Amino acid sequence: MLRDGVAYFSSLKPVLLWTDALVFMLVAVIAAFAVYARGKEYLRAPWRKVFASRGGMVAAVVIAVYAAVALLDSVHFREPLENKGAEGETFYTVEVISLLDLALGPLRDQVEKTYSAPFATHLYAKETVELPDGSSARIFPRLQYGGAHLEDPLRDKAGDILYRSLSGAGAGLLWWVVLSGVFVWGMARRAGEPFRATLRKVLSGETAIPWHAMLYTAGFFLVLTGMIASLAGYYHIFGTDKVGQDVLYQAIKSVRTALVIGTLTTLVMLPFALLFGLMAGYLRGWVDDLIQYLYTTLNSIPGILLIASAILMLQVYIDTHPDLFETDAARADMRLLFLCIILGVTSWTGLCRLLRGETMKMRAAEFVQAASAFGVRHSRIMSRHLLPNVMHIVLITVVLDFSGLVLAEAVLSYVGVGVDPSMNSWGNMINGARLEMARDPMVWWSLLAAFVFMFVLVLAANLFSDAVRDAFDPRTHSK
Amino acid sequence: MLAYIARRLLYAIPILIGVNLITFMLFFIVNTPDDMARMHLGMKHVTPQAIEKWKAERGYDKPLLYNGEEEGLTALTETIFFEKSLRLFVFDFGLSDDGRDIGHDIYQRMWPSLAIAVPVLVFGLLTNITVAMLLAFFRATYIDVAGVIALVALMSISSLFYIIGGQFVIGKLLHLVPISGYDSGMNALKFIVLPVLVALLYGIGSGGRWYRTIFLEEIGKDYVRTARAKGLSERLVLFRHVLKNAMIPILTGVVVLLPLLFMGSLILESFFGIPGLGSYVIDAIQAQDFAIVRSMVFVGSVLYIIGLILTDISYTLVDPRIRLS
Repeated sequence: MLRDGVAYFSSLKPVLLWTDALVFMLVAVIAAFAVYARGKEYLRAPWRKVFASRGGMVAAVVIAVYAAVALLDSVHFREPLENKGAEGETFYTVEVISLLDLALGPLRDQVEKTYSAPFATHLYAKETVELPDGSSARIFPRLQYGGAHLEDPLRDKAGDILYRSLSGAGAGLLWWVVLSGVFVWGMARRAGEPFRATLRKVLSGETAIPWHAMLYTAGFFLVLTGMIASLAGYYHIFGTDKVGQDVLYQAIKSVRTALVIGTLTTLVMLPFALLFGLMAGYLRGWVDDLIQYLYTTLNSIPGILLIASAILMLQVYIDTHPDLFETDAARADMRLLFLCIILGVTSWTGLCRLLRGETMKMRAAEFVQAASAFGVRHSRIMSRHLLPNVMHIVLITVVLDFSGLVLAEAVLSYVGVGVDPSMNSWGNMINGARLEMARDPMVWWSLLAAFVFMFVLVLAANLFSDAVRDAFDPRTHSK
Repeated sequence: MLAYIARRLLYAIPILIGVNLITFMLFFIVNTPDDMARMHLGMKHVTPQAIEKWKAERGYDKPLLYNGEEEGLTALTETIFFEKSLRLFVFDFGLSDDGRDIGHDIYQRMWPSLAIAVPVLVFGLLTNITVAMLLAFFRATYIDVAGVIALVALMSISSLFYIIGGQFVIGKLLHLVPISGYDSGMNALKFIVLPVLVALLYGIGSGGRWYRTIFLEEIGKDYVRTARAKGLSERLVLFRHVLKNAMIPILTGVVVLLPLLFMGSLILESFFGIPGLGSYVIDAIQAQDFAIVRSMVFVGSVLYIIGLILTDISYTLVDPRIRLS
């Protein structure tokens, strides 16, 4: 089995999309910063405050779960086709899939004909079916996959769902107990304490970092995952959409889109905001005038119109140059990246203005005066003396912007200038479901799934950003 | 004061030229008029004649910046940049790609936008201030904590869900008001109620939280301590002193939004089928009518700049220590 797995993975053709590369770069930057900050007490102190906040850390666990899904979904490849070419060369499928698709296996493959409600066993629409005796009738046909293992859905369904969700929850609980046991054991070893003492401390919440709250959150997710894992192969938990695709699958796949927009946008805009903000505030004079002019001009264009114009223009460009993109995924990815860039262009101005103001204040401070009296070059003063002192503003802005960007994606996709319509995103799910509002009975499950997934992520991001702001904002220190 | 305003208005000109250059680059240089014509006429089976005809009908057949065939000043005026971009400065928007007068459309659609935006602003301020006042009154109690958590939760819901939820509950389940549409005169009222309610609910999250921090900042100031030391009750301190002083940052923050009320709300109007400027923009984006998008970008920038000037003026009005120079 192991050999099969190795053979399978070595037959794949890896695909590195632009956003994949940037996502991995972002992870590398965060990891590098963590290593760098380990030895520096002044960098660790505010973070320790974040780690001590219960709400913030629970939110961090939730965000970590989303991030793990997004990272799994960022390793892309194409599967080889069965038939080889004339000279034995391998062709690959047009479809680009990710590690997440492999993990979600049945969710991706089990496609029904059209709409079906959550946990349904029958289609949502009547169909004319030919009966064994030759006559035809209009009935709700059975689903191909959802509840297909039940003999008599009416009789067996409730019991089956209960049984499967309970056994899944049990498995999740077991995993949680084992994993947290290992975790607490590791903690005990590091501290050189007996296992029971550490366990008691963790359970009663006496640790510096609120481990008990984090472990409970992780436990909640493990139990949930266990339930979903044991149910998803047999039912469509969130129903299916118009073309019969599993809504849960779409919602999970949309996680990456949301996180990419929330993080890469700031990654893209950060260099500009930092450079221009510091230059304007430190150099003053005509540089300041020019940069102020630049951001006032960009700011005065209504954001959504600038985004719309840029995306429309990009779409014209993509449509007139179809040969540039090897696969549909590459094309959709280009649009996603461009959306991040243009969102960055519209949102860097706020940060730039903040940085300019802060730099202007700091310019008169003794340590900057001393540095310039020693003849330190301007570029060095900005990078070594000013930059570290404005990083807290950058961090607060980045974290605060995240949830707004996730919400913006949904609105933009609704307007039609968001991500590519073929890409999974919560905005596209809402947009698709909106047209079904008028149906009677209503098709509500796509909306529900998008709502739940979005709400949890944005709420967690908001709570986490509150914790970060409390820890880093010097104005809140005195209180 | 007048000299200051005049100077600010003069400053606005280079900014508007910059805005024009950006939109011009986006719309005409990144993609040539040929591309646009091909897209409007359908990608395939387009004859060069059809493209030329499409461009000539809409005045896109001229050179972009400099017309070598003309003499003197007309070499600059007989160009797309002059015809399509500089004309905006005198609010001459020209015709949309399907031949309607954009200026007239904008004037017509301004009123439904205002009919939604003004009540949202007024009632939004009232509800947000009330909520924030209540939380500030009960500060550091469980009511405050629960209230803030509720506000954060309200903030975390996408605006789309408020609209869909509102339409479903009030329009479809209770049949209180029509789900979407618009009418003239007083008949418009029943179409306005639902969008305004939805916008109010959506605004409470961030607005209430923001005003709460403003109130709490004011409560920490010295004059509040003096008022308490005088023996005023907490209620009087809050309503007579804190509220008055907190209105300064709140109202000056609102001023910048005032001109933009004309632009309307994009998604609200398009969901509720209100023929305002917001849905005008959305329709233009979806029909890829770039002439309308260009005009609205310009109008939006002008309104934003007016908002900035008004904000500066309002600062001097509420705080005599600030002098405009």
